[in-house]
Amino acid sequence: MNGNGRRKKIFQSDMASYAMILAAYLAAELFLRSGAAGSLFKGLLVPLCIYSIMALSLNLVVGISGELSLGHAGFMCIGAFSSASFSMLMKGQGLPNGLCLFLAIVIGALSAAVFGFLIGIPVLRLKGDYLAIVTLAFGEIIKNLINALYFGVDERGAHFSLKDGAALKLAGGGRIIIKGAQGITGTPKLSNFTVGIILLLLSLFLVLRLMNSRTGRAIAAVRDNRIAAESIGLDAARLKLLAFTISAAIAGAAGVLYAHNLSSLQALPKNFGYNQSIMILVFVVLGGIGNMRGSVIAAVLLTLLPELLRSLNDYRMLIYAVVLILMMLFTSSPSFLSFRRELLLRLRGRGKDGREVS
Amino acid sequence: MMSFFSYLLNGISLGAVYAIIALGYTMVYGIAKMLNFAHGDILMLGAYTAFIAFNSLGLPIPASALLAVIVCTLTGILTERIAYKPLRGANSLAVLITAIGVSYLLQNLALLIFGANPKSFQSFIPIKPLHLAGGALTIPGETIATILTGLIVAAGLLLFVHRTKAGQAMLAVSEDKGAATLMGVNVNATIAMTFAIGSALAAVAGILLCSAYPSLTPTTGAMPGIKAFVAAVLGGIGSIPGAFLGGVILGILENLSKAYISSKLSDAIVFSVLILVLLVKPSGILGKKITEKV
Amino acid sequence: MAVLKAEALGISFGGLKAVDDFHIEIEKRELYGLIGPNGAGKTTIFNLLTGVYRPESGRILLDGENIAGKSCVEINQRGIARTFQNIRLFHQLSVLDNVKAGFYHHFPYSLLDAVLHTPRYFRQEKEMDKRAEELLSVFELSEVSDCRAGNLPYGKQRKLEIARALATGPKLLLLDEPAAGMNPNETEELMGTIRLVRDRFDMTILLIEHDMKLVSGICDRLTVLNFGQVLKQGETAEVLHDPEVVKAYLGE
Repeated sequence: MNGNGRRKKIFQSDMASYAMILAAYLAAELFLRSGAAGSLFKGLLVPLCIYSIMALSLNLVVGISGELSLGHAGFMCIGAFSSASFSMLMKGQGLPNGLCLFLAIVIGALSAAVFGFLIGIPVLRLKGDYLAIVTLAFGEIIKNLINALYFGVDERGAHFSLKDGAALKLAGGGRIIIKGAQGITGTPKLSNFTVGIILLLLSLFLVLRLMNSRTGRAIAAVRDNRIAAESIGLDAARLKLLAFTISAAIAGAAGVLYAHNLSSLQALPKNFGYNQSIMILVFVVLGGIGNMRGSVIAAVLLTLLPELLRSLNDYRMLIYAVVLILMMLFTSSPSFLSFRRELLLRLRGRGKDGREVS
Repeated sequence: MMSFFSYLLNGISLGAVYAIIALGYTMVYGIAKMLNFAHGDILMLGAYTAFIAFNSLGLPIPASALLAVIVCTLTGILTERIAYKPLRGANSLAVLITAIGVSYLLQNLALLIFGANPKSFQSFIPIKPLHLAGGALTIPGETIATILTGLIVAAGLLLFVHRTKAGQAMLAVSEDKGAATLMGVNVNATIAMTFAIGSALAAVAGILLCSAYPSLTPTTGAMPGIKAFVAAVLGGIGSIPGAFLGGVILGILENLSKAYISSKLSDAIVFSVLILVLLVKPSGILGKKITEKV
Repeated sequence: MAVLKAEALGISFGGLKAVDDFHIEIEKRELYGLIGPNGAGKTTIFNLLTGVYRPESGRILLDGENIAGKSCVEINQRGIARTFQNIRLFHQLSVLDNVKAGFYHHFPYSLLDAVLHTPRYFRQEKEMDKRAEELLSVFELSEVSDCRAGNLPYGKQRKLEIARALATGPKLLLLDEPAAGMNPNETEELMGTIRLVRDRFDMTILLIEHDMKLVSGICDRLTVLNFGQVLKQGETAEVLHDPEVVKAYLGE
């Protein structure tokens, strides 16, 4: 195959992913218009987009960069709180909704990216599994900090405190935006399914284009063999940092979507905690590490299924755990892999002089 | 002033628990080169076993504790055999994800079996509190027991590793698996033994932790497990004295920041220390720099 | 001027001198062999030359410029590329992409170009494809260019590693035991390939090898290393017949 042929194939595969999402969008919209959709279904649409975006974001780190982040919900949390604070400040300022949401997304993604960058600097130059534990720690730090954070504005400007609302010493007419553990209340509801789908398509577009660029190749090269990558002049730490920062930005954008889908926003273990990060990891693993389309499909299926099969709810987490273990054993265990190769060879008939099967 | 000492002692005691967990973490990491995320959940399992043995089966304290150690040891060996051993030689990402799966599995099994409601763990420590300075300073028996156990465990492990044949085999495997095999060391058995020791220690840590902080839930082990890992990194991962030192420092830091800065932010402070350590001295206080062979 | 000149290079591990007072001078288009018994410090010297280890003493001059103490990444960009004793490919990437990864610094289109698929992106990607395919055809790897590198048979993996190293456009190529694990026929073929690389790319090559047939067949000059020190240096035939060298290899 020549270069143009290869690019055409990638192009077609990318288009198929976009088409799949668009088709799902149209089907859901038709279902909504038909009036048959229940409130449960309606309520799930934006979360589906959020989880799909989160899965893409994490797959960029896990699949392309080969690192593990266990604090991705933390980046989502930063995106949510920074953008919700922004739209609270903009409330009543006459800013059109669309523009406000656009700016919120930019702010959410940028804030998360800044944190991703800062976390990544010390960690990604180290070899080993440090990123997993540091991102886990980071997720907890963010949740803790936001639960203790008070933020308000008055005519003298912005005030912060980690103690209580009174410590902000707001002048008359000032208002509290973030109220410690109570979080933010009264966030404008700017998210909707269409916005979610657009953001999902954009994230997918960004990730796929990145994967098929010199940068994406270099990041994957570092993943496969860091020492060899450095020997051909690839700066491993910088490339990993780049992937991680972009991933954090995408997670931040998902957080913006989340914050503007609910009228009150709190940093709870349920939405921004460790369990949430693990659930996203399950999407990535089940959809196939490095497979972006798979991530979206897995996120959608695993979000819909438990809602349809309520009786399974008690066992859901247990099933996730088993899925993680079995997927890894089947895809990565050296003895299982050689068994599979052996089996394939046998199925195809031994005639082909024992050549390796790709 | 007395309250400061009291916080400090509590910190050392909590730190000793972290140290015992961290010792298990550090040994497994040194030998299997993997982060055993499920380590903290083995601790939880130990605490539940002790709780059931004591409260439901009516066993005496020593027998309950022994049963907990046995159950944890077996679980440790079993998880290694089923989940980690097949992945030896696979990339570290796969092992890490599997370990998270095991951790999640244990937590959710416990949730199904024991429910989410906290169990009130009755202290296993028969030592009476010590009153000092005319009653101004009271040291609970649990604090004394935990600190002593921590010291004994660390010293015992050091002796074991440096003075026994099995311990030497562990060192050999952690240096170079291939060379150890050539020297006649049974690598698989050594790794299994390391998991067994680490898990037995987790059981001890679980009982000590729940004796001091009696509320037992399926997620009891999660946070101490993570903090113990932070302690191991702080002290220098792979180093036994390092794990002990790291645990104690972390415990003191946590308790003092709880007392003097903010109880809500103490975890954030502890974790920020991890990030700082990685920034300044990634090999930890007592760790040695490891270079990958090219 | 010599392409590579190293002087008084030394490093020790845990108090043990692994390499001591190493010196070498390699001329342009030379095929130079570094030989010695196991554990003599040959790979350590490669690691010093490529920046994996930082030398404790000495200078490394590449085209007259001191590169001692610089990072792997920087040294590669200055013009040294290498292969590894235990093959290190990007095993999940295609054969073609392994080579294209080596072109990273030669085709500097930006991330924005990549996301927007600007003409610049297409132009550079096409040029990259063309050059990668040329390189692969030199090594007779064109047929497998779409295979995953990890699925290649051993001999082809060795060739791909050389192709990838060449993609970075080095002045000096270091080959660490290129014939390891090959049968006599494959070694014969490899000798042809190495000569071809020298002639076609005007390359200067330093190689570590145990296979004496390969060494005597293609190397212009040799350095023999023993216990981290230079035992002998000179023309291949002369060095190989030196009684001291024979003794170091065969023992007393």
